[in-house]
Amino acid sequence: MKVHEYQAKEILRRYGVPTPRGIVVDNPEAARAAAKELGGRVVVKAQIHAGGRGKGGGVKLAKDSDEAVELAKKIIGMTLITHQTGPEGRIVGKVLIEEALNIDKELYLGITLDRRIGMPVIMASKQGGMEIEEVAERDPSAIHREPIDGVLGTLPFQARAVANALGLTGDSYKKCIDFVQKLMRCYIEMDASLAEINPLLVTKEGDVLALDCKMNFDDNAMFRHKDVAEMRDLKEEDPLEVEASQFGLNYIKLDGNVGCMVNGAGLAMATMDIIKLAGGQPANFLDVGGGASAEQVRNAFRIILSDANVKAILINIFGGIMRCDRIAEGVVSASREVGLPVPVVVRLEGTNVELGKEILAKSGLPLITADGMWDAAQKVVAAAQGK
Amino acid sequence: MAIWADKNTRVIVQGITGREGTFHAIQCREYGTNMVGGVTPGKGGTTHEGFAVFNSVREAREKAGANCSLIFVPPPFAADAVMEAADAGIELIICITEGIPVNDMIRAHDFLKKSNARAIQSGAAPSRLIGPNCPGIITPGEAKIGIMPGHIHRPGPIGIVSRSGTLTYEAVGQTRALGQSTAVGIGGDPLPGTNFIDCLAAFENDPATEAIIMIGEIGGSAEEEAAAFVKANVTKPVVAFIAGQTAPPGRRMGHAGAIISGGKGTASEKMDALKAVGIHVVEAPSEMGAKVAEVWKGR
Repeated sequence: MKVHEYQAKEILRRYGVPTPRGIVVDNPEAARAAAKELGGRVVVKAQIHAGGRGKGGGVKLAKDSDEAVELAKKIIGMTLITHQTGPEGRIVGKVLIEEALNIDKELYLGITLDRRIGMPVIMASKQGGMEIEEVAERDPSAIHREPIDGVLGTLPFQARAVANALGLTGDSYKKCIDFVQKLMRCYIEMDASLAEINPLLVTKEGDVLALDCKMNFDDNAMFRHKDVAEMRDLKEEDPLEVEASQFGLNYIKLDGNVGCMVNGAGLAMATMDIIKLAGGQPANFLDVGGGASAEQVRNAFRIILSDANVKAILINIFGGIMRCDRIAEGVVSASREVGLPVPVVVRLEGTNVELGKEILAKSGLPLITADGMWDAAQKVVAAAQGK
Repeated sequence: MAIWADKNTRVIVQGITGREGTFHAIQCREYGTNMVGGVTPGKGGTTHEGFAVFNSVREAREKAGANCSLIFVPPPFAADAVMEAADAGIELIICITEGIPVNDMIRAHDFLKKSNARAIQSGAAPSRLIGPNCPGIITPGEAKIGIMPGHIHRPGPIGIVSRSGTLTYEAVGQTRALGQSTAVGIGGDPLPGTNFIDCLAAFENDPATEAIIMIGEIGGSAEEEAAAFVKANVTKPVVAFIAGQTAPPGRRMGHAGAIISGGKGTASEKMDALKAVGIHVVEAPSEMGAKVAEVWKGR
């Protein structure tokens, strides 16, 4: 789960991680009051989940509160397009007004899980302000990696190693050590999956602060962080994907014209792959989960069909514990209700498959049955092409 | 012969009185698995659907001789269930539960590492965790310890290991003519207890396994590591399929995560790594069965 910058910073402050003083607002007049309170010279920052906001014109410096109002007028409500938003961009609802600081250095600090070793890893680089992916590609040796024991947390020598790698000395060296330890505590205790401070700011006065912050959280741990779960901003997500998740369906919209409905994430990906191999393009990823009841199938149908690009649908179910006859009944009743505006190819396999096929055949519905994944893929691609 | 699970494996279910636990305990018993009871704290001493219920895993081991536990405990308590099983000296722990927080699994792995070190030191067998978020393990005709449909399996020479549940069934369905030695679903979580390499090593040493199907998917670098292992250690033919060739990049993985794994994780990179060590990579998931039959005949 993702949160906005202002929310991430609020979480950081709970752990004593220094951040610039800031106030989030959703209208220009509130921006004036905020700027005045912060001393006039402020930064106005668009709050959307995607990165690259600065380059897209969503982060601007205001020399006084009047200019802050002007900038807030421009930015609130604008459609911000960055390399991460896609061409459609995102509408900005809120801006974060933050005190402007005297920048000495911009560094990079990030924490994420290294799956290979099963440990969170701190990544640190002197090249802050630019994307870590770019640094990794151009100069991988510029990134210091410090694996941290997830049970013990950051040990003092590890925090020192990070501060050393960032080339800090004196006062800011000590402040950085403290920063790293607090950030890791926050990462572990809040069940984050990513904490990225870019840039990590060192001011001319020697202070170390999180100038920007991106945090993602482990969806599976949100049951113990209800406050974070409430920070979810549905406006930042695809409405169809949000709706699907409410029905326990895992749906991701894609660009093709062959809709698919599959049980199991691996089989769903494999179904997309075989559609492509058969010459088609998948319109979506959709995992109906273990159940595949009539209601699940009905909801899945509706969500797939709300994508106007879909010209045919492939239902690929490997019935395990859920019997194929039950699935077939679900498909038939959902089809009757929805009315099948496009051809539907059904491939059933597993428990009671013969009974399931019989139910489909006897339904009188124009369902196309298939044997095996390859047959199903060829049939659905042909149907999508109007053959 | 088979790997890890056979007719002598004595299985308990942790969370036996729950809906899922009850249903699958019965399914496993009907398949012929040697089910010796279950654990639900506070309900010890009772009988549930013919299964003896114990208060703790330790009690189940001592009184019923359990050496394997199948876990259906809800996500917030599942990591604790894994650690309890390890502490009780259970040799094979299979965690079906989906949705366990990563931090909980980090702690569970840490606990397992230490308890296994103690076990080895005292001459006892260490614990192997399969999963979480997996369908389990089956040795056809001997033991089904998991949620897979038992009846599609046949005893035979093909070992199957997969990160995906239903794709494992797909591979089993395609190898019906030859049959399977053991099929293991290692699960889709980022920190699995048992990985491809563990399974490949076990299949290589198992006389009943004559060819292997390995099913991977995008993300992480487990398949690349498996490729290096196969090159150095596996003499039996291996067929592989990687799901997610058409998946849009960056949807599930955070960017920083991709960096950590050295920019790896796409299907084509994985397929190239597997091909480079002589693994028979199929592009279509429908070709797994035919390909393994071909390499098995030519072995």
